[in-house]
Amino acid sequence: MLQTSPPAVPAPASARKPILQLVGVRKSFGGFHAVQGIDLDVREGEFLTIVGPSGSGKTTLLRMLAGMDSPSEGNITLHGERINDVPPNKRPTCLVFQSLALFPHKSVGENIAFPLKVKGVDAAARKARALELMAIVRLPETYHDKNVMKCSGGERQRVALARALAYDPEVLFFDEPLSAIDYKLKKTLEKELKDLHRETGKTFIYITHSLEEAMVMSDRIGVMRAGKLVQVGTPEEIYGAPVDRFVCEFVGEVNSIEVTRGADGGWSGVDVPGAFKVQPPRGSAGDGGMDRAFIVIRPEYMRVLGPGESADNRIEGVVYNEYSLGSRIQYQVRVTASGGGEKVMLVELSRSRALPAGADARVTLGWDAPDAFTLRS
Amino acid sequence: MADLTIAHAETPREERPTHRLSAGALCALPVIGLLAIGFAAPLVAILGYSVATPRSFDVFRSFTLENFAALFDPTNTVWLSFLWSCGFALFTVALLAVIAYPIAYGLNRVFGRASAFISVLFVFPLFVSENVRLYGWVLFYIKNGVLDGTLKWLGLAGGPEVLYTPGITLFGMVYTYLPFMLFPMTLGLALVPRDLVDAARDLGAGRLFIWREIELPLAMPGILIGMLLTFVLAIGATAEAKILGGQSIIVISHDIEIAFTYSQNWPAGSALAVLVTFFIGALTLFALSKLDLDRMLGRR
Repeated sequence: MLQTSPPAVPAPASARKPILQLVGVRKSFGGFHAVQGIDLDVREGEFLTIVGPSGSGKTTLLRMLAGMDSPSEGNITLHGERINDVPPNKRPTCLVFQSLALFPHKSVGENIAFPLKVKGVDAAARKARALELMAIVRLPETYHDKNVMKCSGGERQRVALARALAYDPEVLFFDEPLSAIDYKLKKTLEKELKDLHRETGKTFIYITHSLEEAMVMSDRIGVMRAGKLVQVGTPEEIYGAPVDRFVCEFVGEVNSIEVTRGADGGWSGVDVPGAFKVQPPRGSAGDGGMDRAFIVIRPEYMRVLGPGESADNRIEGVVYNEYSLGSRIQYQVRVTASGGGEKVMLVELSRSRALPAGADARVTLGWDAPDAFTLRS
Repeated sequence: MADLTIAHAETPREERPTHRLSAGALCALPVIGLLAIGFAAPLVAILGYSVATPRSFDVFRSFTLENFAALFDPTNTVWLSFLWSCGFALFTVALLAVIAYPIAYGLNRVFGRASAFISVLFVFPLFVSENVRLYGWVLFYIKNGVLDGTLKWLGLAGGPEVLYTPGITLFGMVYTYLPFMLFPMTLGLALVPRDLVDAARDLGAGRLFIWREIELPLAMPGILIGMLLTFVLAIGATAEAKILGGQSIIVISHDIEIAFTYSQNWPAGSALAVLVTFFIGALTLFALSKLDLDRMLGRR
């Protein structure tokens, strides 16, 4: 049974054993390869988010995990047992649909108690459990007999969540359930979902195209692109050490400078003139034998150098636009590109360090090599 | 300032008296005219005849309830025809519900791209007059007809003698009214979102449970409308009993027809027609009042 108290001593997510494993999972529809070979270990009790642009195959992946589709190739195992062809009603997993799929002819209570009715639980016990679950998802008791179609968007989310919990699944799947919710409510529900994850100790697998959602809630994030999992890691790893330009640009704004190695072993810019100090790519010894690469600098790691300040790398430019991001300010700085054109670099500064001159000021941008990362070209 | 100017300019227009018909009323005019002469006028005439002197044509000039009294006379066996009609209509509806459901399900979920073509196949017979189709069945079942003849040609014993029995009447009714059950039902089933079935299954429900708890209740508006439609049509059916059933049973509308034609007793026929109309009307209104479409569709 579901308990609201967390496990006594929660092991760090990374140390827990895998509950759900995918090995070489593929799914093709005719000639279209929606999912192209996915290997993934989902750890027990973790909050894993699969994020990717629309059409990246994440929903297909989820449907296979939930049992609504079976893989064309590969294996899905739950606790080591192959579940490729186990139908959804025989799996200890439950999906919260994007549409929520609430039963419109049933009340809030009946919706929540549906899985219990399936199991043959008697009416009194069903009601008691429904009320318990309603308390967990913060729905007032008076809603028990309310028509579910009369509930607001946020309330319906809670009903769908409570109904999934009533099934008492080992793994809960979410298919972008927050995509049609307004921003403020979404923020609230994200936090509640994360709380609920901690309170229930269950494994959550969440699918979204919104990286922001993924960053807020997840223990680990898997980035999907064109049917493949490009990178799986903690939000920090995904943000701080993306494996390629797709991930790196998907997870936030970046400045990238293409560089090439000269005869002397030093690096010089391709799109921006100048010599640059390059950090070796993560996980490889030395510079990995590259002769062409991208230096990637997040806007918040870019500094504006004052007189006498130094940095490993520097570029001269002119501020031409500033955007307020609330507590931070983003500056767009034009730098001279190779061949005489211009390239825009982004700098993000906290408000307390705002540039006094603002637009049209000449500035020197700089960053130290370890603050940037290097990606293979 | 600009807003004020516009507001002033609009005022005279609003105050102009509207003695012309609204667009809605204008659009409704043709159908109102059609209903007045095509639907209301015959009803008024029948009502008039039903209270006219028996065996006369003194419509609107005489008033008597004799025609109705005669219907309830213990020696009158018209109630038997009425029972046949009701019974056959009920049987037809029950059989149609069982026959049409799997087809409707298939059209929605199984046949895929073939659905449109299969739907057309079910509509196609409607292009041919009902009587012609029923005579077709007569040719099929008649002694030495298509079925019997073919079986004999194959050296078999020959077809069963089913023609001119109550059973074949029922068959004819089920055959004739299948589309009227099938299409409302198909529509009803189409109203069941695929997601809900998937969700119910995901929450552990088996096929039968999903059917009982999700599919059937959500498709119910369509199913009930199909049932109501076929019942009302079937209770007024005559051609099946006459052509296929060979008058082995007399249905109520046949009785009405006899009163108007053979007996030349229009007032008696009208009284019977009025009674049947009221019965079916009351039944339909009762069923519709019980059938809360909004609630069933979850709009409330």
